[in-house]
Amino acid sequence: MNIVRGLIGGAVGYILGAALLMTIRVATGARAWEVESVSAGAWMFALIGWLLAVGVWRYWAREWFGLELVPYTTTGWRRYLDFDTDHKVIGIQYLVKFLTMFFMAGLFAMLMRYELMDNGEALLDSGRYNAIMSLHGTMMVFVAVAATVGAFGNFVVPIMIGADDMAFPRLNALSFWLIPPVLIALTVSFVSGGYDTGWTGYAPLSVESDVGGLFFNLAFFTLGLSSIIGALNIIVTVVTMRAKGMNWMRLPIFVWSIFVTSILSLIFTQFIALAMLMVVLDRTAGMVFFDPASGGDPLLYQHIFWFYSHPAVYIMILPAFGITLEIISHFSRKPLFGYKWAVGGLLGIMGMSMFVWAHHMFTSGMAEALRKPFLASTELISIPTGMIFLSAVGTLWLGKIRLELPMLFALAVLFNFLIGGITGVFLADVPVDIQLQDTYFVVAHLHYVVLGGGIFGLFAAIYYWFPKMTGRMMNDRLGKIHFWWMMVGFNVTFLPMFIVGLQGMNRRVADYTPDLVGTNRVISMAGFFLGTSFVVFLYNFIYSWIKGAKAPANPWGARTLEWQVPSPPPHENFEVPPIILADPYGYGEPDSDHADLGIGTLPKIQETVEA
Amino acid sequence: MTVTDAPPLEHGVSRIKINRIGLWLFFLSEAMLFAGLIAIRFSLLGTEVDEAVSQSIGLVITVILLASSYTAFRAEHAAHKGDQAAMVQYLWATLILGTIFLGGVAFEWYEAFMEFPPGTAFGTVFFTMTGIHAFHVITGLIFLTVLIRNAKAGRYADDSWPVEAGVKYWHFVDIVWVFFYPVLYLI
Repeated sequence: MNIVRGLIGGAVGYILGAALLMTIRVATGARAWEVESVSAGAWMFALIGWLLAVGVWRYWAREWFGLELVPYTTTGWRRYLDFDTDHKVIGIQYLVKFLTMFFMAGLFAMLMRYELMDNGEALLDSGRYNAIMSLHGTMMVFVAVAATVGAFGNFVVPIMIGADDMAFPRLNALSFWLIPPVLIALTVSFVSGGYDTGWTGYAPLSVESDVGGLFFNLAFFTLGLSSIIGALNIIVTVVTMRAKGMNWMRLPIFVWSIFVTSILSLIFTQFIALAMLMVVLDRTAGMVFFDPASGGDPLLYQHIFWFYSHPAVYIMILPAFGITLEIISHFSRKPLFGYKWAVGGLLGIMGMSMFVWAHHMFTSGMAEALRKPFLASTELISIPTGMIFLSAVGTLWLGKIRLELPMLFALAVLFNFLIGGITGVFLADVPVDIQLQDTYFVVAHLHYVVLGGGIFGLFAAIYYWFPKMTGRMMNDRLGKIHFWWMMVGFNVTFLPMFIVGLQGMNRRVADYTPDLVGTNRVISMAGFFLGTSFVVFLYNFIYSWIKGAKAPANPWGARTLEWQVPSPPPHENFEVPPIILADPYGYGEPDSDHADLGIGTLPKIQETVEA
Repeated sequence: MTVTDAPPLEHGVSRIKINRIGLWLFFLSEAMLFAGLIAIRFSLLGTEVDEAVSQSIGLVITVILLASSYTAFRAEHAAHKGDQAAMVQYLWATLILGTIFLGGVAFEWYEAFMEFPPGTAFGTVFFTMTGIHAFHVITGLIFLTVLIRNAKAGRYADDSWPVEAGVKYWHFVDIVWVFFYPVLYLI
């Protein structure tokens, strides 16, 4: 109902914007209707119309004009379809939205693997293949950038720091409701023929691509807007809303990771907005940013793009690191090893991530003098990453390890990211990179980092916090089947890609030489195997949500604050603001309490479970 | 502020400080956008300035915008003192000066279309930078209009935060121009 209202609002906004632009065009003597110019401008009006209609007007903007706000009365499951300001509702909205996007993008991957089973043309011609490849990449990047921060940054972080909500709850709802237009723009793009540039959308190809490319630009721009608003909200929340006694060195490491990620988002997302805007201006306003004949420079796009998109790699992976460290500590029943070093690692990655972008451009024709500094800075960034691994391994060492589901996924993040990280050192090396640029070696590397690290981290978080979010336990047996299925499928799919990459198979091409057919068959079969593992997950996810066993408040025996409140937490999270007494990782210290919740003494964490 | 915004914690940071931190972080983020634009300008053009830019218009609109920053400051000052009448007057003055600035930019654009259209490198940079800045000026003018309207209804008698936020935003847009003016007209 609310969404229908929003769609109507968006349509009205689009029409008004288009009418305004067409009037201006006629006034300046141009042809009234030109799909790209009009759509690009009208998109902004459509966004405003959508937001106003979806709830901003009723629950927020009316007061700017001295009108009474509409009281918020939605209850039950309908809250998930409304402009709800509860951070827990918004977290679940993000989770469901991005899981949907993840599975859609996964289906595109299946199509690609079907096409690549054999050389030559099977199902898709090269144009269609490129469109599907581009959409797969774009949607997966959106998922990797925003899913963990959106879902768990919203749901868990305020509870972990002892707050009752985010600092700006309405802004929070606004940042979520900017996501559906992203999906709409991508759908419009796909229906109108897609785009063949890949998710990177390099100029000048992206300037010349069909109208689908424009909607890709608008989608990315809109997602950026949502990221910036969400990141700002999380930073202010962590800075100002921490409970009494929750000083910086007592923050759970997951909060640190989300905090650092948000700083990266806040600062760098502006550059992707800028890159997209420049392409749109080149396309629609006759500008020449990327046209060398008129004094433009195509390389400028790559610099601006990667100045965001390399830090974005850390936006994808740092939350997964945070989840991994968090889970490893709780399931090893040990204090987090080298907590300060882990925080330092996160901050170090944040600081260095802005000096490495040009390692994506070694073969682009940029000034040769830039190669060595970027080689060095890229390899240096493995030092703070190593500090995080040190913390993880040190915590595991001599721990009382419980191989529960979240722990399995956390360990998988370490395993997969190790491979992804080490192959990254190869690619940072200029001579090797010149050989391997644009081959499947790069594809395998980035999937080990983003899927093996980031998305495995997302699933670790889902299995870990599902009982808290829904009040029900996931089915453990199905979960373990899913884990091993996904882990084996993933590795068998992507390890051989390193090999075909070394043999020279080009990425982003629908065809390859006949000698690679055998390995590609294996990759495709394993890919389908990996794809079907998510059927198990989806069944488990939906079934457990409806019919799973009721979850206790603290099924894992973890010490952080979110596990000390009921599952799911009440609207205001805590009965009284908690007082933090020590850091949350005091396992093995029988007298230590993380927090005083004001409800008598805190029930001691059961240290006897593993005995 | 309002019911749906989280109430300040007893020990914690007051609502107005939370709002201020949020606003400054927004400026930080926006500053990156404008810094990016300046970097693009030097990357594409070096220090070249097209001789056809109108130095007189540039100087005049810069002075007008700086003057509007002063009136905005006076408006905030009046808001904090609780002088509603003076506040509305200074907000009006800011709105008018801002509109004149925008008119100046529009006039400059009209000239610029003949001299260096968007199809030239300098035109591309010039129209993008002034355009994005003008977009921010327009949003600032909308905020000022809403502020004036609500101030007349007496909404800010005991809560001057919206005025402070609007004025700070206006200062931010002005400071951006302080960087843009030399970069586009003088260097």
